[in-house]
Amino acid sequence: MRTTRLSDRAFALAALLLAGVVLFVTAAILLGIVDGSQPTIGSFGFAFITGQNWDPVQEEYGALPFIYGTLVTSFSALLMAGLAGVGAAIFLAEIAPGKVRTPLSFMVELLAGIPSIVYGIWGLFVLAPLLREDVVPFLKGTLGWTGLFQGPFYGPSVLTASVVLALMVLPIVTAVSRDVLLAVPANQREAMLGLGATRWEVIRSAVLPYARSGILGALILGLGRAVGETMAVTMVIGNRSEITASLLKPGNTMASVIANEFAEATTPFHQSALIEVGLLLFVITLITNMIARALVWRAGRGLETAGRA
Amino acid sequence: MLTQEEDNKMRFRMIGAVGLVATVLLSACGEAATPTTAPVATATTSAASTAPTATTGSAAGGTATAPVAAAPTATTIVVGNAGASLLINGAGATFPVPIYTKWFAEYSNVDKDVRFNYQPIGSGAGIQQIQNQTVDFGGSDAPMTDAQLQQAKGGELFHIPTVSGAVVAIYNLPGASKGLKLDGETLANIYLGNITTWDDPAIVSQNSDMAAYLKGDIAVTERSDGSGTTNIFTSYLSAVSPEWKSSVGSGTAVKWPVGLGARGNAGVAGLVQQTPGGFGYVELAYAKQNNLPYAFMKNGAGEFTEPTIEATALAAEGVTIPDDLRVTIVNSSTAGSYPIAGFTYILVYKMQMDPAKGTGLANFLWWATHDGETLAKSLDYAPLSADMTQRVEAKIQALDCGGSPCYK
Repeated sequence: MRTTRLSDRAFALAALLLAGVVLFVTAAILLGIVDGSQPTIGSFGFAFITGQNWDPVQEEYGALPFIYGTLVTSFSALLMAGLAGVGAAIFLAEIAPGKVRTPLSFMVELLAGIPSIVYGIWGLFVLAPLLREDVVPFLKGTLGWTGLFQGPFYGPSVLTASVVLALMVLPIVTAVSRDVLLAVPANQREAMLGLGATRWEVIRSAVLPYARSGILGALILGLGRAVGETMAVTMVIGNRSEITASLLKPGNTMASVIANEFAEATTPFHQSALIEVGLLLFVITLITNMIARALVWRAGRGLETAGRA
Repeated sequence: MLTQEEDNKMRFRMIGAVGLVATVLLSACGEAATPTTAPVATATTSAASTAPTATTGSAAGGTATAPVAAAPTATTIVVGNAGASLLINGAGATFPVPIYTKWFAEYSNVDKDVRFNYQPIGSGAGIQQIQNQTVDFGGSDAPMTDAQLQQAKGGELFHIPTVSGAVVAIYNLPGASKGLKLDGETLANIYLGNITTWDDPAIVSQNSDMAAYLKGDIAVTERSDGSGTTNIFTSYLSAVSPEWKSSVGSGTAVKWPVGLGARGNAGVAGLVQQTPGGFGYVELAYAKQNNLPYAFMKNGAGEFTEPTIEATALAAEGVTIPDDLRVTIVNSSTAGSYPIAGFTYILVYKMQMDPAKGTGLANFLWWATHDGETLAKSLDYAPLSADMTQRVEAKIQALDCGGSPCYK
């Protein structure tokens, strides 16, 4: 009896320590980047976030173009990958026969294992010419009036980066959503079928609402990857610190400017500015996650209310 | 007791929660960690080699790709005999990596007791590490500024130029080969956005023989990653164009008025090759090894010169070398010189704390700047001029190991 209690306490202590490691590492990183960005925080203050001028020669730093680029590429990627990924997950979990399901699932997971530099090379040498020759002329013709597809297109652009990101996010969204859908209990479906529902009605009214918060979690995982992705994006985004509405123009993201400029940042001020971009990335991730967390919570509660009604 | 339904609901919420936690961790580890770990750069993997012969082979074979090395993914280069008693650590510029690797390998035959470990993490990080005395020597493509020299914790720092390199303008005009003639002002105007089409009179008037190819928009490309190549290129533009100097300036990273940014020599070359009308700049070695058409630039003497090793070496002739050897050699007026060129430097402290290391380093530097220079040409670097070699000799002899000279 005593030994059990002792081992219980030992386990609780070990678990606490391991949980503490996570907290410690996060705190250490935060402390490190806050400390490292003191020079630019001190001299630019809030203007660092709202400023649009990034000029290492004149030592003027404004990170708004990178914040904008990160958000635009991530959310466009999530829009594309979300639609495709959840659709693929529904097919894999609900519709596909067993023979198709396994190889297809396997291939989706294979996509997740490709290193990001390979996505970048592919984006630059295969996707960019494809977009330039076929897709962009079509987009300009049909959606040119929106202002999102204006100006000359050379290949590397916000659009190219978003498509590459979407492909990188797709396996996560698909695999997690599929697992969530597969975990929906069979009695949910059977009850709906028993009411005479078609397959589509079952998916729409019984399966999807049940899996809502899980799918939201999958999308957030995807967003996390998109926001932080560096190498593939920097290879195809064109790396210009400008804010333009057109997706055909080059842009830049926070992660990519850090990767590009940090190694050769020779002045302490330039280094500090790049570290502060890292700090902003940290904060943005935190805010996105808090919003997402609230969404998942609300989705979960909505389910309860619906269940009671 | 939970009913099955409640139990399932909990599971879903947990999947969501796990997703959240994982996201925070993924993004925190992936990105936020980059700036904090990069300057320390102890996590680079080591390509330790045991046999010097094997290393020599790989160094020679690796020249085609080595200049491309991207700083964040750089691999530490450890060269020398495994049994060597003395390990000398360096860090910095990626541009001279092929020649340094070759030198370290060859030198292990000269002095079997010395081994080198060089981390190609970029000039900025190299300067920072030598300032903080975490390495025995630093490597930089740009001379350190006065402010940077003042932050060196080990006292006076010497700049030892090792080799020079050229930066060439490459283009993609279907059908055209190398030899487009450009003067500095035209080049600056292209990068300022004042000249946007190939059939601009400024270009056509100098290239009547190529007029048939000169049409369409110029798709300007530049390096998005900070680099010594960009520093040499923008120093040249600042030297030839007052407008460039006042509105953009020079540095390893600048605010480009126009153009697309691509990563590394390979990225710029790839983009230019893919885009009809493409225009960019890369290291001479990279352009030659990949057969990219490059422009002949007008030098300070008014001649259009093809970028060659000889023309690059001539750029350093006839310039006044200051005492500290911090010299820029762009826009040279020497006859036959190519105007977009620059030195790469090894940074060492005058006062060497460890006499054994100091002597090992001084002897190596002497060997490198004498016997080693004969290896430069095969790797597309220009060797030091006789004049510069003399000045370097004086610096190496002045290295101080506890009161007596390090060089023996």
